[in-house]
Amino acid sequence: MANILDIENLRVTFPTDDGEVHAVDNLSLSLSAGETVAIVGESGSGKTVTSLSVMGLHNPNSTSLSGHIKVRDGEKIVDVVSASREEVRSLRGRVVSMIFQDPMSSLHPYYKIGNQLGEAYLVHNKGKKAEAKKRVVEMLDLVGIPEPAKRAGEFPHQFSGGMRQRVMIAMALMNTPKILIADEPTTALDVTVQAQILTLLKDLQKEFHMGILLITHDLGVVAQVADRVSVMYAGNIVERGSADDIFYRPMAPYTVGLLNSVPKITIGKRERLPSIQGQPPSLINLPSGCAFAPRCDYKASAPAGACDASLPLLTGLNENHVSRCHIAEANRATLFAHAGRE
Amino acid sequence: MVGFISRRLGFSIITLLVVTFAVYVIFAVLPFDPAALTCGQHCNATIVHANRIRLGYDKPLWDQFWLFLRGIFMGRTYGTGAGAFTCPAPSFGFSFNQNTCVSTLLAQAFPITISLAVGALILWLIIGVSLGILAARYKGKFLDTASSVFVLFGISLPVFVTGLFLLIYMSLRWHIIPIQLQGYVSLFSNPFKFGEYFILPWITLAFAFAALYTRFTRASILETSGEDYIRTARAKGLSEKVVLRKHTFRAALAPIVTMASLDFASLIGGAILTESIYNLPGLGNLTLQSIYEFDLPVVVATTIIAAAVVIVMNLIVDLLYAVLDPRVRA
Repeated sequence: MANILDIENLRVTFPTDDGEVHAVDNLSLSLSAGETVAIVGESGSGKTVTSLSVMGLHNPNSTSLSGHIKVRDGEKIVDVVSASREEVRSLRGRVVSMIFQDPMSSLHPYYKIGNQLGEAYLVHNKGKKAEAKKRVVEMLDLVGIPEPAKRAGEFPHQFSGGMRQRVMIAMALMNTPKILIADEPTTALDVTVQAQILTLLKDLQKEFHMGILLITHDLGVVAQVADRVSVMYAGNIVERGSADDIFYRPMAPYTVGLLNSVPKITIGKRERLPSIQGQPPSLINLPSGCAFAPRCDYKASAPAGACDASLPLLTGLNENHVSRCHIAEANRATLFAHAGRE
Repeated sequence: MVGFISRRLGFSIITLLVVTFAVYVIFAVLPFDPAALTCGQHCNATIVHANRIRLGYDKPLWDQFWLFLRGIFMGRTYGTGAGAFTCPAPSFGFSFNQNTCVSTLLAQAFPITISLAVGALILWLIIGVSLGILAARYKGKFLDTASSVFVLFGISLPVFVTGLFLLIYMSLRWHIIPIQLQGYVSLFSNPFKFGEYFILPWITLAFAFAALYTRFTRASILETSGEDYIRTARAKGLSEKVVLRKHTFRAALAPIVTMASLDFASLIGGAILTESIYNLPGLGNLTLQSIYEFDLPVVVATTIIAAAVVIVMNLIVDLLYAVLDPRVRA
């Protein structure tokens, strides 16, 4: 199956007063139709920057991209990094769509829902007002908004958070895109609503056969919907594999740390939640060695001095499950086997 | 919505009453005897006393205030018998300096101030808002820098400097716009003369305000550009032009409308400097003159009217907000 999205060696940097920020460093990722790929990582690890780059929504004046972001548009392949602004614009909402973290602020407060949805259709289907109207009601119905025709005439503030995220999903899918980027789609929602939204996304994915790039820090969400997972740390992918690989056979110390930090229902009343010690590094002056080395519990198991000397490559016994670690591939499985179960 | 309007209306009326009373009391307790100011050098105690009774200054403060309020709605008659005269509603008192009803003076001054304020408002909104949009659109580029030079000049130069410059160069040196000697002509009787009469005052006022509004519009648009819903608009595939015109500008407009309404209100209260420079017989000039001449009834009236305009404009802003922002309507 051909990939609908291929990110190759993506680097994203932007200048600040303190120096150049290396938000994403040499990232490669692929997504095929009907598949859900999750990017997991803590705040500032480069997840959102990656997703905005795919949309071409980075600030063109201050951000510089290198590498390739190849998006399949029918027979054509468009590289978002090198394509003209107009080419990238025509992809947005038609081939690649995006839903955002905060549905409360992502809809324009002054325009009716129907107007905002219709606009998403009309921008790629000039002048088809009657179709747009029909499509709005159809999509609102599809995402589970009751009385869609009436609700289309209402304003965003008349909708609850969960309903607004449904509206955002409807808006993203107005032109049946091939790729949906979901940037923390459930973070701002109640837990029960989260589950509904995730189920809805899964159902719509089947119906439209689209690839979903899910950006999240919530491992619970990943476990529910992701087929493949990339774990990011300090602008790099530190581990990539199937969801089962990541949860049951983690191969990178950072993934192990993440899994151990998930709250367990068996935790004692007075016990502290486990966490990864230390702080993530500044993206301005990245250490020359492994970015995670200063916080790593397993440094002693690696060859002496290796962790501080160089950034390890993405390697693994099997090309579908790779991780960045100086510890020999053969030893990783046994060393990290207790992750998430202690 | 009806509840919202009536609530705001009620508050406005109460505020207006309180302000009127405060102004009236302040002028009543001033260490001047208004009756003594009613006649000039050849005054004597008998005339002063007669005038005091005629104008009602002998009554207690409460009664005076009540008569003043009543006069606004019902008109007021001063004195009795053959010497009596009546100021019809709305009567704001009697100016003994000018020997006429204050409302007559106000009626003469008001159209001039309104024409000045409305014309300047239109001019500065067109210039300020469009420059602000351009500056925001080309942030950091040449246009942005050029607009900030304009802003610097507009904000630093006081009205009396720009006003005099315009007057000296446009009228006296270059004779582009003749000095206005024949006085105010209404817009409806002769639009050309009307424009000629007001063009320099408009430019003078608008220059200072346009600078302010350029800055303000730029800031408002840049702030709105960072909103999540603007990112959503881009994510739909809308072009930058449509994003700016339909999404950013619409949301950035609300604070501009508020500021414009309040600035407009304060101008109606009297653009004293501009009116003095161009010798426009508007409310500002009327106030100034009355202060010089201790014409207290006129000062009271213009002060109350200035306050009333601010209150009414505030009410209008609130209603405008409800039109602009659907969240307020609920």
